[in-house]
Amino acid sequence: MADTAAASTFVERAHKVLGNTKLRGNFRRAMDGLMAKRAAQFADIAAWKSLRARGAAAKRRVLARLPELLEQLEANCTANGITVHWAETTHEANSIVLKILQDHDARTIVKGKSMVSEEMHLNAFLQKHGIEAIESDLGEYIIQLAGEAPSHIVMPCIHKNKGEIAELFTRHIDGQPYTEDVAELTDAARRVLRSRFAAADAGLSGVNFAVAETGTLVLVENEGNGRLSTTLPPLHIAVMGIEKLAEKLEDIPPLLSLLTRSATGQGITTYVNMITSPRKAGEKDGPQEVHLVLLDNGRSRVYADDQLRDTLRCIRCGACMNHCPVYARVGGHTYNAVYPGPIGKILTPQLDGIAVAGDLPHACTLCNACVEICPVNIPIADIMVRLRREAVHPSDSPAVMGAGCKHTATEAAVWAGWKKMYASPALYRMGARMMQRFGNMMPGGMPLLKEWTSVRTRPVFAKKTLHELAKEQGYSDV
Amino acid sequence: MTPASAYPVPPKPDTVYYFGTCLVDLFYPDAGLAGMDLLRREGLKVVFPQNQTCCGQPARNTGMYEEARAVARTQFKAFPNPWPIIVPSGSCAGMMRMHYPDLFAGEPDQAEAEAFASRVYELTWFLVHVLDIQLKDKGEPLTVTWHGSCHSVREMGVTDEPKELLRRLSNVTLVENPREKECCGFGGTFAVRMPEVSGAMVTDKVVSIEGTGAAQMVTGDCGCLMNISGAMGKSGSPVKARHIAEFLKERTHG
Repeated sequence: MADTAAASTFVERAHKVLGNTKLRGNFRRAMDGLMAKRAAQFADIAAWKSLRARGAAAKRRVLARLPELLEQLEANCTANGITVHWAETTHEANSIVLKILQDHDARTIVKGKSMVSEEMHLNAFLQKHGIEAIESDLGEYIIQLAGEAPSHIVMPCIHKNKGEIAELFTRHIDGQPYTEDVAELTDAARRVLRSRFAAADAGLSGVNFAVAETGTLVLVENEGNGRLSTTLPPLHIAVMGIEKLAEKLEDIPPLLSLLTRSATGQGITTYVNMITSPRKAGEKDGPQEVHLVLLDNGRSRVYADDQLRDTLRCIRCGACMNHCPVYARVGGHTYNAVYPGPIGKILTPQLDGIAVAGDLPHACTLCNACVEICPVNIPIADIMVRLRREAVHPSDSPAVMGAGCKHTATEAAVWAGWKKMYASPALYRMGARMMQRFGNMMPGGMPLLKEWTSVRTRPVFAKKTLHELAKEQGYSDV
Repeated sequence: MTPASAYPVPPKPDTVYYFGTCLVDLFYPDAGLAGMDLLRREGLKVVFPQNQTCCGQPARNTGMYEEARAVARTQFKAFPNPWPIIVPSGSCAGMMRMHYPDLFAGEPDQAEAEAFASRVYELTWFLVHVLDIQLKDKGEPLTVTWHGSCHSVREMGVTDEPKELLRRLSNVTLVENPREKECCGFGGTFAVRMPEVSGAMVTDKVVSIEGTGAAQMVTGDCGCLMNISGAMGKSGSPVKARHIAEFLKERTHG
């Protein structure tokens, strides 16, 4: 999808989806269900606010001492027998993973769900080097068969319905008859994946939280595929962004509770994995080696900016997507970014630069629905506005690549004119009189009005302004 | 920032300022005037400075901070006395109350911006909490539904106050819309930058309003009003859209 999509704009991609009423219906129903499940988990608003304050404080503490805590994590992981690697770019991270795999003559790996590996475009990279990566999360497995990217960070194939999945399975799984029975479809995937787990040379996973205090990698999941990927093969490689830290083990319960309840409306996931070392002498399972790859990919640049830093609190629950009225209409692929939805709209310009992110910060009404439910209280709307500013008017902060690249003389002139009029009461009153007299005569085809009237009637300028009515009705001016 | 829902309720003042907002000024002046009349009927002196223009939100939301500050400063000058500033819009009130302090952080007039912000109140919140307005309904029986604007609900924390006012009208039945708090798709420049996405949102909003069976939809923000009523007009919807100030005045004046 990437090649053709890269040349298109958000508006163009949205156009295609908006015409697909079936897809829109799927998304809307799915998002409604997720919102209801989350709301049921946080019915006690006071308890929710208190838990959110704890979660946000835990992540704030991490960011306040991030460099130091990363060193602590490395020291504790190393002491536990986990080998730690540092990657500044996704290319470095890919090369590190490849080297580890080649050192072990690995030809196939099974993967638990990992958004950082999506950020690295790891599967395609490994394929080029003759290594097959098999997604073992059911949703990821389905979109891998379809050759697509995830459309949601927690539910990667939420855009697909049963019929589409049934058709994919019939085409890709030997001897699989067409069925839309969910249990049968799940069984078929399970059968295929079980043999893959058993045969894989290595397992790869993401990390939900790494505990600096103990050197523990925390991984939540519902299918057992994460546990199999990290215990059955002889080699386990975990990849994580450098911000996914927790300071202490005692921070994990509130953070996990916020994560799973926000993400899927579950009090806890079916599996919670706490990985602290490779297999120890006398233990009957677990990999012989565990490696942790810590990826920066622009995060330390973001970290250096006081306001933008709040973005790094994100625990990737995806609730902002579920609650976003824009996401619910256009779906995840419209964003053409690894991370879609509200968090993606602020993260993508920061990680990849303004030029790459295009119009993403403007694909938002600033309705604050995401801000209201974010479990770590990220001021998404304020950061969105800041990024709109960076696009046209760069600050002194070097945090955002490509800042200023969206500046145009026309837009600057429009706002200069706007300022002139609205900062001068006399000019404003004169302008308002002009609009009253001539505004309703503007041709309907003129820019902005044309877009507005595509689904609405045109607004009608009133005969008298409130300024005039107030004066007529004897309202004092001073 | 503390949302309006958590403000301490100030004592009833003798005089208030009224900030009409630029959309009301040009497109819905009758709604603006109705809000002033309601305040005056409660015994307040209402001052409407002729030098007011716009809160500056369009510029701030586009990232044009200097332009937004220049326009905000015009309002500082127009509202010099320490009276409460009443705004018939949750969105413009949210801009002034919640965003002026950040917008002016580090500026020489930061303290002035903060003092101004702390005087800003959304109209329905003020009518309920400060004036405890009693409404004598003189209208025919009518079923209405409410649309809560995003900024009223999620910036100003004004959620139930307008509905409380509607409930105080004896002949009006309020039917709540299960999607009441979902964005209508206006979003200022969003409506024209992303017209199709905005169009899909407002179309869904109209469907949800019609689903309540109400004869009228009442709201407190003219951005939403212009968007939703425009979409209703285009689709030939039988539902009538109203600003709450005008609706309340009409019901109680007979």
